[in-house]
Amino acid sequence: MIPPTFDYLVPATLPEAIALLHEHGDEAKVLAGGHSLIPAMRLRFAEPSHLIDISHIPGLDYIREEGGFLKIGTMAREVVLEDLPWISERYPLLVDTTKMIADPQVRNLATVGGNLAHGDPANDHPATMLAYRAEIEIIGASGARTVPIDEFFTDFFTTALEHGEILSEIRIPIPPVLSGGCYLKVERKVGDYAAAAVAVQLSLAADGSIEQAGIGLTNVAALPTRAVNAEKALRGQQPSDALFAHVGELAADASSPADDLRGSAEYKLTLIRELTQRALRRSVERAQGRS
Amino acid sequence: MSKHSITIEINGESFTREVDSRKLLIHFLRDDLALTGTHIGCDTSSCGACTILLNGKSIKACTFFAVQANNQKIETIEGVEQGGQLHPLQEGFHQEHGLQCGFCTPGMIMRGKELLEKNPNPTEEEIRWGISGNLCRCTGYSNIIKSIQYAANKLNEKQEEAA
Ligand SMILES: Cc1cc2nc3c(=O)[nH]c(=O)nc-3n(C[C@H](O)[C@H](O)[C@H](O)COP(=O)(O)OP(=O)(O)OC[C@H]3O[C@@H](n4cnc5c(N)ncnc54)[C@H](O)[C@@H]3O)c2cc1C
Ligand code: FES
Ligand code: FES
Repeated sequence: MIPPTFDYLVPATLPEAIALLHEHGDEAKVLAGGHSLIPAMRLRFAEPSHLIDISHIPGLDYIREEGGFLKIGTMAREVVLEDLPWISERYPLLVDTTKMIADPQVRNLATVGGNLAHGDPANDHPATMLAYRAEIEIIGASGARTVPIDEFFTDFFTTALEHGEILSEIRIPIPPVLSGGCYLKVERKVGDYAAAAVAVQLSLAADGSIEQAGIGLTNVAALPTRAVNAEKALRGQQPSDALFAHVGELAADASSPADDLRGSAEYKLTLIRELTQRALRRSVERAQGRS
Repeated sequence: MSKHSITIEINGESFTREVDSRKLLIHFLRDDLALTGTHIGCDTSSCGACTILLNGKSIKACTFFAVQANNQKIETIEGVEQGGQLHPLQEGFHQEHGLQCGFCTPGMIMRGKELLEKNPNPTEEEIRWGISGNLCRCTGYSNIIKSIQYAANKLNEKQEEAA
């Protein structure tokens, strides 16, 4: 299918990109990897008047640890996360997530920033960033602001990004020692969006109890979802199957999935219950293996 | 409506053309340049029949605008044969019966090319994972995997001979 007409602009710097967004008004959109936007344009779900291609702006695709955070430039492509050995070692939840996104060709172009900016509850990074308690840096005409991930997703396909603003950086707090995480997703086939998925990131105290835990859920509500009560129930507890079964129930309570092509609501709740338990077990194993 | 003059290096040759910004790269290749080896199998970015290499990376030409490829290097299936010599991947698909109708083959070969460049000795599992973005409705994949393994062996033999 042929997308609607638009004008295509290639800014060389972020300020130029922001100026172009202001100049061309509400219907102008940022183009990053294009792998959510172009399919939407082909289906005429999106009809932007202008595409502002930020992929040629130098210096937006870094991945580095600095000042207590893993900093990911918005244009970092999924494939880079997948290929960096130190990311696999230190951020297993992040790499688990990337590997479950789409397929190799899509990951060669898709960006982490675009995955979040799209605001799609079916995308995989939102739940992961909830579990990591990430922050999002946003740049606009009047400078930069930082938004905690819990305030970033505001409505169905809607984020805290205002018109004329660009998501510039994702910051993940560097996990303490004895941390582990895991992303588990059930999909109908490789490359599909999740029927349901669970992101877990936790850290253990010296006595083996769970000190901190983050749990994010994919595609089981209109927004990416934090399982708040499930997280609370873990804090200060020794890991056990009974605890994890209880926490799986609490995660299902936090979900409100709908019946659709990927399964019935009941099926998805069952997935959340089970995936949460498995992700917790694997995360604890990983945390114990890294002293 | 916006027109853009773009220059793209395709299979080593430079092309300059006027395109509408909304023209997808796949239509540019097939309709404007008559490079019809790259196929269109779906409308949903899912099948991989349109896979080409953009600066050496496999991408889906149906999910990329021609204007995005301005000043970039592209390789399509038409550029894989060199000097009348089939590439080891093409030879592999021939020898191992890696195709039936052949519709998915150009995409499989372009994807296989990047896969073997990044990982010259892939396991079967790694090949299956590596071609997970390419659908084949005919072969059941087993012979495609053998074809890529054939090419991997052949390329490694060549490397050893050169060393
Ligand atoms: C076949 C297929 C399968 C897929 N499967 C999955 C999957 O399983 N899981 C998954 O998570 N995703 C999946 N995706 C989506 C893919 O990961 C997208 O690439 C990603 O969601 C968006 O990133 P992008 O860089 O392509 O953004 P684009 O498509 O370029 O942009 C998406 C939206 O975000 C806006 N935007 C992008 N970057 C910025 C920025 N820096 N600042 C402000 N706004 C911005 C754009 O204006 C647009 O509205 C799939 C895509 C395809 C084609
Ligand atoms: S034509 Fe099917 S993925 Fe491009
Ligand atoms: S050989 Fe027919 S689709 Fe693959």
